[in-house]
Amino acid sequence: MQKKSLGTRFHIEKRASLPWHQSLIIRLLSVVAAFLVCALLTMIITGVDPASFISTMFYGSFGTPRKMWITAQNIAVLLCISLAVTPSFLMKFWNEGADGQILMASLASAACMIKLSDKLPNWLLIIVMLVLSVAAGALWAVIPAFFKAQFNTNETLFTLMLNYIATQIVAYFIVRWEVPKGSGQIGIINQSSEIGWFPQLFGSKYVFSILTAALMTVFIYAYIRYSKHGYELTVVGESTNTARYIGIDVKKVIVRTMALSGAMAGIVGFLLVSGINHTLTTTLTGGQGFTAVMVSWLAQFNPIAMIATSFLIIFLERGAIEISSAFTLNQSFSSILTGIILFFLIGSEFFVSYRIRRSANTEAGKEQE
Amino acid sequence: MKKFFAIMMILVLSLSLVSCGKKQEEDETPEAPKFKVGFIFLHDENSTYDLNFINAAVAACEALGVDYVLRTNVPETEKCYETAAELADSGCSIVFADSFGHEDFMISAAKEFPDVWFCHATGTKAHTENLPNYFNAFASIYEGRYLAGVAAGMKLNEMIANGEFTAEEAKIGYIGAFTYAEVISGYTSFFLGARSVCPSATMEVTFTGSWYDETAEKEGANTLMDRNCKLISQHADSMGAPTACENRGVPDVSYNGSTVASCPNTFIVSSRIDWTPYFKLAIESKMNGKSLPTDYTGTIATGSVVLTEVNDKAAAAGTNEAIETTKKALEAGTLHVFDTATFTVGGETLTSYLADVDTDPAYTPDTEVIENGYFNESAKRSAPYFDLQIDGITLLDTAF
Repeated sequence: MQKKSLGTRFHIEKRASLPWHQSLIIRLLSVVAAFLVCALLTMIITGVDPASFISTMFYGSFGTPRKMWITAQNIAVLLCISLAVTPSFLMKFWNEGADGQILMASLASAACMIKLSDKLPNWLLIIVMLVLSVAAGALWAVIPAFFKAQFNTNETLFTLMLNYIATQIVAYFIVRWEVPKGSGQIGIINQSSEIGWFPQLFGSKYVFSILTAALMTVFIYAYIRYSKHGYELTVVGESTNTARYIGIDVKKVIVRTMALSGAMAGIVGFLLVSGINHTLTTTLTGGQGFTAVMVSWLAQFNPIAMIATSFLIIFLERGAIEISSAFTLNQSFSSILTGIILFFLIGSEFFVSYRIRRSANTEAGKEQE
Repeated sequence: MKKFFAIMMILVLSLSLVSCGKKQEEDETPEAPKFKVGFIFLHDENSTYDLNFINAAVAACEALGVDYVLRTNVPETEKCYETAAELADSGCSIVFADSFGHEDFMISAAKEFPDVWFCHATGTKAHTENLPNYFNAFASIYEGRYLAGVAAGMKLNEMIANGEFTAEEAKIGYIGAFTYAEVISGYTSFFLGARSVCPSATMEVTFTGSWYDETAEKEGANTLMDRNCKLISQHADSMGAPTACENRGVPDVSYNGSTVASCPNTFIVSSRIDWTPYFKLAIESKMNGKSLPTDYTGTIATGSVVLTEVNDKAAAAGTNEAIETTKKALEAGTLHVFDTATFTVGGETLTSYLADVDTDPAYTPDTEVIENGYFNESAKRSAPYFDLQIDGITLLDTAF
């Protein structure tokens, strides 16, 4: 009897499936709602009106041609890293080690630029850099894969720990190559000769990373969807028993898939050193190996959808930096904004999978009795 | 479905409405272009080093009435170049950067924007790059360190006189970031200052391998105190060491600014570079079409090298007077911090030393810096190049 006074009651129901456009609308709505909350919060805290909040947000990513190029390049790099971790995730191998794999590859590239710049012609040097970077990235990924395949070690911890080892190895070589002595930094390598720098494509230094990302997207999409390897790793991800039953060599698939993930991370390392930064620091990845995990998850491991999710993350990041600088806020504020938006976005997945139904109180009351 | 569309349309409409409102505003109030200055900082105000820069940047710009943009947390990668270029795009006439590792990226930007001045603090390459719009700046902070060292020596003397330990036990502990000339010059001048009033003083130095690592700096201070260091000082940018000292009641001579608020019982004094005079000079020179020194060294006289207020609660009696006397002697040129008569290297008095003043990957020594009986620090270029290991100072680790 008491229950009746509650009035309407709600049920949570699992949805059978949702047409793609409906789920897309739910997700878009969550983004828009998140932006409104952010604008409101900014207004309450700083007195900035929502209109300038939103226009500043857009200015941060698209305000000038240079900003657009940088935004595109940042998206490309994040997308590449996300693509690199995706095959291992589809295999349900929780690879948290992209940062370490990229750092090892960056180290390989930087080592070539420093040690071989006067020994090889530039075109050959760049090829050697690419090959060694891919090998270094793959090696750093195969180590945890081997232990997982042979001894069933925990890959999350293993790859995470390898990140720290990679950071320390890079730190060691920075001390070896630092300029000037004792400064703990290398600076731009071959700044005047530009040896080992990937040449500009179509007169722009930003095209290389964007092109790399485009090619990688197509490759990973095709690999997962159409290749036998892609099929095998998905089966291993679904169930190792099934995989064994139909004759898939699980150990081989684990090592092979991680080698691919690592090799792709290796390309990113090459891209970061030869194409973009031309230096080596322990923070070169800026923690994007972890951001990529989120990008890949949000896109539900779909390479095409990852273009959208990495776009969103970069847009948020650059917009929030612009906001904290334009309204002289601490940069922690940009993290708060990003957090709010991700909260909404992840929260929207609930509404994609479930629906909330209202049931009349009389009916509910009867059921109770 | 209809409900979804309805809600979405409302949201989209409201968004487009507010953005239209913005456009109108902009059309109505066209702003006259104002002189604008951009600043790039490695960290944010949580780092004492960056905070010191941020305060000076705001003070200089407010005093001159110019617009300014502050960009914090800019790493020492291509992001630094991108930020500098974005600042130049947005109409900044001068761009400043505060971290040593920003230098090469600032040079890249300087080459691309010949009309914009790029001023880099603590860098070493301006005097060899030959770019008309690229500048370095530093200050003769070793003089400030020396003065802070005098305050430290006074404190040691006081503790010896109080019978807390013997003269032979007067050991200073120092936490350095890297085994870099800037740090070596800093701790050596500090030590020489302390030893000038407390002749039996010795010093141990430990390095963290990072300019900002609160945990490592705290641990470094604790290690030194465990090794019976009676007084601590540091050259690293977090609150790690001062906090550790306050926790254990060991006196601390800080850097970059006063830490008296967090460490009321142990903070003695702090030397720091006041960047306001340089920022003002650079901005005014650019505004008035005047030239700016390619490599600027701020001094006590220019107001660039300053000491914070002495904390009487922790400092020895007479500290202020001793600092004043020493400061006058330094300014008069009767006292030189690196007077070769006051220190030895490997038991020998220095008569000649070639320093690596022009930066190159092979660290080639290129310039004679011992002149008139003292090591001429910050005279051949603004950034310090004193990198000798003098007797009396023990390095606990040199891996960095």
